[in-house]
Amino acid sequence: MDVVDNKLTSKDFVSDQEVRWCPGCGDYSILKQVQTVLPDLGRPKEEFVFISGIGCSSRFPYYMDTYGMHSIHGRAAAIATGLKASRPELSVWMVTGDGDSMSIGGNHFIHMLRRNIDLNVLLFNNQIYGLTKGQYSPTSEKGKVTKSSPYGSVDYSFNPVALSLGADATFVARTMDRDPKHQQAMIRRAYEHTGTSLVEIYQNCSVFNDGAFEVFTEKGTKKLETLFMEHGKPLVFGENNDKGIKLDGFKPVIVNLSDVSANDLWIHDEYDLVKATLLSRFYDDPEVEGHFPRPFGVFYVNPDKASYDHLFNDQINHIKELKGAPNLDKLIAGNETWVVN
Amino acid sequence: MNQIIEKELESVVIRFAGDSGDGMQLTGTQFTNAAALFGNDLATFPDFPAEIRAPQGTLAGVSGFQIHFGSTAIHTPGDQCDVLVAMNVAALKANIRHLKTGGVIIANSDGFDAKNMRLANVPENQNPLTDGSLAKYDLKTIDVTKITRSALADSGLGVKEIDRCKNMFVLGLIYWMYNRSMDSSINFIKDKFRKKEAVMNANLKVLQAGWNYGETTEMFANRFKVAPAKMAPGVYRSVMGNEAAALGLVAASQQCGLPLFYGTYPITPASDILHELSKYKHFDVKTFQAEDEIAGICSAIGAAFGGNLAITGSSGPGIALKTEAIGLATMLELPLVVVNIQRAGPSTGMPTKTEQADLLQSYYGRNGECPVVIVAAQSPADCFEMAFEACRIALNHMIPVFFLSDGYIANGAEPWRFPKQADLPKIPVSFASERKADEPKFMPYERNEKLGRPWAIPGTKGLEHRIGGIEKQNITGNISYDPVNHEQMVHLRQEKVDLVANYIPEQTIDSGPEQGDLLMLGWGGTYGALKTAAGMLQREGYSVAHAHVRYLSPFPKNLGELLSKYKTVVVPELNNGQLVKIIRDKYYVDAIPYNKIQGQPFMANEVVAKIKEILA
Repeated sequence: MDVVDNKLTSKDFVSDQEVRWCPGCGDYSILKQVQTVLPDLGRPKEEFVFISGIGCSSRFPYYMDTYGMHSIHGRAAAIATGLKASRPELSVWMVTGDGDSMSIGGNHFIHMLRRNIDLNVLLFNNQIYGLTKGQYSPTSEKGKVTKSSPYGSVDYSFNPVALSLGADATFVARTMDRDPKHQQAMIRRAYEHTGTSLVEIYQNCSVFNDGAFEVFTEKGTKKLETLFMEHGKPLVFGENNDKGIKLDGFKPVIVNLSDVSANDLWIHDEYDLVKATLLSRFYDDPEVEGHFPRPFGVFYVNPDKASYDHLFNDQINHIKELKGAPNLDKLIAGNETWVVN
Repeated sequence: MNQIIEKELESVVIRFAGDSGDGMQLTGTQFTNAAALFGNDLATFPDFPAEIRAPQGTLAGVSGFQIHFGSTAIHTPGDQCDVLVAMNVAALKANIRHLKTGGVIIANSDGFDAKNMRLANVPENQNPLTDGSLAKYDLKTIDVTKITRSALADSGLGVKEIDRCKNMFVLGLIYWMYNRSMDSSINFIKDKFRKKEAVMNANLKVLQAGWNYGETTEMFANRFKVAPAKMAPGVYRSVMGNEAAALGLVAASQQCGLPLFYGTYPITPASDILHELSKYKHFDVKTFQAEDEIAGICSAIGAAFGGNLAITGSSGPGIALKTEAIGLATMLELPLVVVNIQRAGPSTGMPTKTEQADLLQSYYGRNGECPVVIVAAQSPADCFEMAFEACRIALNHMIPVFFLSDGYIANGAEPWRFPKQADLPKIPVSFASERKADEPKFMPYERNEKLGRPWAIPGTKGLEHRIGGIEKQNITGNISYDPVNHEQMVHLRQEKVDLVANYIPEQTIDSGPEQGDLLMLGWGGTYGALKTAAGMLQREGYSVAHAHVRYLSPFPKNLGELLSKYKTVVVPELNNGQLVKIIRDKYYVDAIPYNKIQGQPFMANEVVAKIKEILA
């Protein structure tokens, strides 16, 4: 890595293009947090590449003064994979949305995670198709009334965190547009992880799905409805941090701290896949009686699994060492030749 | 000992046919190598089912391999064969129409038992080996299975393993019939089974048994000699089209000094290119087997952005899936080679059968105005040169290029006087160089004399820029919905393709007069058949020429003028008329289509007949 001569600032990452998201869109906050975190990573600007698909979120690269590609719907994962595999020294980021990655690009999404290629993936989840003006998306809740579902959608929704864990992701986190500090922390953690880092960001679409995450993001309900996970700390939530999660065998239960000692609570362990899987299923409709709070933070991280780009290039280097300098003439001639005089 | 007469022949066509598990492709390939090493000119045609192990004994399961070798120039695998090896009745039934009257049938009698007859839908009591229906051929019935089993009785191998050696018996016998050294096959067997000694010895023993059978039985009155062909001096090897294409891509990568990235998804008949390339990692070749066709091309686009020689490969159905991404590459103006080994379509079509029906797909098969460069190989060895050319054009012009081949030349083999690296042109490539903060802002869509834009790869200081599928403003590359700019960009992308015509060779006449009654204008894998047909017509005194187009978009600059020199232009194609449409559209020539859409190559004789009919 080159030494950065002059310290970069967030301004260095602002491109000359006018940002054209709707006023009040959650995307603004995400752009701001990325531009805040990147200068602090101690990496030359030219090593960052942002690849996106199609959708509101996918306009992101145009606003970053880095290398970038705004590609085609759903394919950012595949393009970013090709770039990272061929240029492993770059820091490659993928910006995508719930339509882009959970629907049309679903196949690339799961295979990217399976391969564990070293990409930082920011999944803007607004539970709606914004760019096409308001159809339900694969993460929209069942029954959602939209332009394409006037009588309510009959689709069940995807749970991106659970899907990612199911696809063997090695880093899975969730954050929200309305919590800049937490977002920055998650973006930084994603960068620090080697392998595919998936950050689901709850992002408000102020035009077509306004308030979808209000219950998690607004002061009145946030404390009760969210569970901020921290490694090594008990799972505590509630208005005055007076509630907690306890594991009864494999069954999570909500308890009042007045009844249970903090020592008996579930201590969050980022390296525990089984527990991460349980947490990923805290996905109830907040309207339902007895529902669990929605977890935010790092669900799971596996730092030990080698990344695809590493394995891919390691193998090439190994074969190069084994076979020595290539000889094109020998290759073209093959095993058997004959001479005509 | 019987008297065996040795005869000298100019050329011979042998067709090996059996169950798809009988090893006929291997047998054919082995004989091909031996013929090539001996110095014959040759052409081959593997003709096999899509199923790896189609139901045994059935017509659907028949796998064939035809080789035409000779002491004269050979351009096709031969219209009809002199020798037909039939390992069972289904193989005989499916292939007898390919055998010349008076031709030799070598039939494995074990494959003509009641069960095989039933599987091949031959009515009871109609055994062709005994009912006289093959009277016009020279029938040699041998119980290959029985002989193989008795030869290997004490080999310690099981019946299944023993029966797998049957094809070696046939190979040994054919070697004897044509006076061939078995050394190359002996070495092959020794190498292939070096870790399984019992299997190695069994194969060697049966190979020898086949040879000895010819020598000691009185079944064969004739033995044949086919002298080496008079070919241009040089060093030769035998090569198959997909092999040659892979080598051409590697050579281009070496000559431009960039790593090769091949993003692809397995598909018949293109997978062999992946198999080849994946062996060449020490040449800085990166093969990425993607999750699907779209990821195959998209990964290549990512690698192109990163500064690799990026290639994706597939066949028609896969190309259909890649369509949107080809449009993206056109907008990004990055170098990309799209390999299409065509097969019979549409949809799944006939995966192992050949066709040339993706030309219009290559030309027009995208949304919007999306012109690309298209080149096509005309023979197995030519795949090397045209794959290399596709890379050269893509890199020099910052543009997506189609390389078209087809199942027929991809799997066919021919002798190849291969080039040395020193004879290959260099492909100069330069990336845009870094800029300091006080230098003018980098313009990603500034253009050079070829209308190519700078290749600015991530990691280069001061060149940070964004590209994408949305229409760009020329020069700056910024998003633009300006109506006039869009029209200008559409024209620029077309002009960029058109300008390639200044950097490709002019069209030549392959054979025949420079002006005359009729020109056969072909493209792709029909070259051998058309060349042979043209030669036959010319020897009969017809004023017929043959030209074969390898650069299809843009066409060579002189093509229009060349067409105007003939009273009639005929465009023979293995499709429903595709090049002919483009030719008529572009040059206002009243070209006559001549089409065959059977999944099979042209035969020289049928082309000759058709041309005579047109001239009559």
